[in-house]
Amino acid sequence: MSAGTAKLNVTVAEVKPINDLVTRFKFVRTGGGDLPTFSGGAHTVVEMQDGDITRLNAYSLMSDPADRGAYMISVRRDDEGRGGSKFMHSQVKEGMEMVISNPVNLFSLDLRAKKHLMLAGGIGITPFIAQMHQLSMMGGQFELHYSVRNASLGTYAEDLEAKYPGKVNIYHDDQGEAIDLSTLLATQPLGTHVYVCGPKGMIEWVHGTSEDMGWPREAVHSEEFLAPASGKPFEVKCAVSNKVVQVGEHQSLLEALEAAGIDAPYLCRGGACGQCETNVIGYDGKFLHYDHWLTDEQKAGGKHIMPCVSRFEGKTLVLDR
Amino acid sequence: MTIQFNDETFHGDFTFKNSDWAIKRFPFPFHEDSYMYSVNMEPHTSYRPGSVFERTFDVDEHYVAEMKDRARVLANDPLRCQSLPHMTLAGWDLVELIMEAKAREYPDLFELHKDGNRWRWINKPLGIDDTFTFLDESTLPYGPMEYITRQTQGDFAVLDQRDDNLWMDAGMVTTQADWSLDFDIGMNFFEWHAPVPKAHEMGIFVRALKFLLNIQQGQPARRLNWTMTVNPLLDTSPENYHKWGVMKQGLTMENIGEKQHLRVELQTFFRLPRSNALVFPIRCYLISFNDLVTVPKWGRRLHRVIRDLPEELATYKGFIDNRPLMVEWLSQYDDGSPTSDGIWPDD
Repeated sequence: MSAGTAKLNVTVAEVKPINDLVTRFKFVRTGGGDLPTFSGGAHTVVEMQDGDITRLNAYSLMSDPADRGAYMISVRRDDEGRGGSKFMHSQVKEGMEMVISNPVNLFSLDLRAKKHLMLAGGIGITPFIAQMHQLSMMGGQFELHYSVRNASLGTYAEDLEAKYPGKVNIYHDDQGEAIDLSTLLATQPLGTHVYVCGPKGMIEWVHGTSEDMGWPREAVHSEEFLAPASGKPFEVKCAVSNKVVQVGEHQSLLEALEAAGIDAPYLCRGGACGQCETNVIGYDGKFLHYDHWLTDEQKAGGKHIMPCVSRFEGKTLVLDR
Repeated sequence: MTIQFNDETFHGDFTFKNSDWAIKRFPFPFHEDSYMYSVNMEPHTSYRPGSVFERTFDVDEHYVAEMKDRARVLANDPLRCQSLPHMTLAGWDLVELIMEAKAREYPDLFELHKDGNRWRWINKPLGIDDTFTFLDESTLPYGPMEYITRQTQGDFAVLDQRDDNLWMDAGMVTTQADWSLDFDIGMNFFEWHAPVPKAHEMGIFVRALKFLLNIQQGQPARRLNWTMTVNPLLDTSPENYHKWGVMKQGLTMENIGEKQHLRVELQTFFRLPRSNALVFPIRCYLISFNDLVTVPKWGRRLHRVIRDLPEELATYKGFIDNRPLMVEWLSQYDDGSPTSDGIWPDD
């Protein structure tokens, strides 16, 4: 059985543009009834039927985890992307039936923390919105530092400031405002955990700075979903299923396997969770490893690939699928 | 009520007994004539009506007596139930998981009525009718995990998930096969499994941990594990080894059929939604050798498994000294004929 296969049938209850780039979607269970509870930081994988292509994109759940009546996600339109966010923005309408996965949490709160310090960049705000709901219900201590391009693209910034006065700090790039990370980290009480969600550069900055300042690795948490990169088409032979599969320019290897009817496990579809790790039986060419899962030695070893985000260039690739 | 609950004991006079119904549905753990560790996980989906795999949390004729035994053990040793402060939310997750499942699957025995966060829980076999506020500890007589696991058969290890590992940060453990929650509390997955022989070299634990970390909401998993217990003791804890260890002596060809029990654990694994913790219920089923050999296939197979088991495993499972006697007694029920695949009786 593939992981990620427990599905929820939902209906789009609301499509609400939040600003020029971000639209919020609300899902309720088709036919009524409660949705599963979830924990702050969880995501769901949304299935999109885009013509002949089935797209599966992971989005953080941003609604109150205790609210079983509806889930909400926010999607930032990426005009350079492969089309998932464009599909959500242009094709998804109220009343439409969709299929999403059960909630999966790869970015959960460490409930031992005396304080939760949250660092968000852009659309990376969404998992924190659910976590703040959860922490305020439990009486947990938290503080948000949220970096936005400008006020008009500061998704939910005003709502959050109003809802959690004194706990939300907004930084506008266009006004030269920036998180003073060293000072912030230096002044936290003992037992603080740091969480960062945002662009790759921001995540690396937080990990690097905290490490340099002697923070324990276990106290710094991050989540970055990679969108699968496009690349040159390639061919893959699947030894177990005895199939030859063509991977298109804008298709991930995982998507190509699925389209060929091959049962391939997955969870995050973003190179983070390790679930889709696949053994390589043979190859003649070059791997393009984009994931966060395999170690550098494994990436150099040519025996494993994460088909959700990684690609291949060369003559032959044979997988154990 | 549809189940006749036994009036029986798991200590002292040991009046525990299995009805014919309980024997027929016993989770015999050997699918072939030999045994070696494996991760052997499968989805915990409803399977084979009437079997212990049908319901999310199996309730059987031993329910009421097992809960009395748990209360007795806890009265003597309150440290069998512990929950580190950050695990309270996971306790509430467990309250919800068990109450919803039991009310749905055993509507004649259990009822759950919700009015927002105001919940009324009716447990007919134990005569409980409580109203409380979900997520408000002050409205329950115990912490949430202790409250619900005093009403649910099986031990419960509640594992926090962080740093790509699982941590034994809460549990209710009164029916264990010689391990101690008080000793293991706060340990991670590799630390608490350190005493298990062979499995490390086989890479079992690395694979098992990876599997468990990825267990998702709505997709529980299960496996069987087993050991041997002399007398139908639920509480075979290290804390009480001085009481039960001596019972392993004095087995004879005459009394082994009655005294020796195969002990099977139905282990299940559920992701808890609010806390993102993992709960690991370990449900113990006991069957005497006398009752077990009433199923001819099981008698033949158990003889072969015990006879051929690697020495380290028989030592780890604590019956190396009694193995020759077990094999001799069981051999009477093995005519050498073939056994069918799988764990179920042939008829």
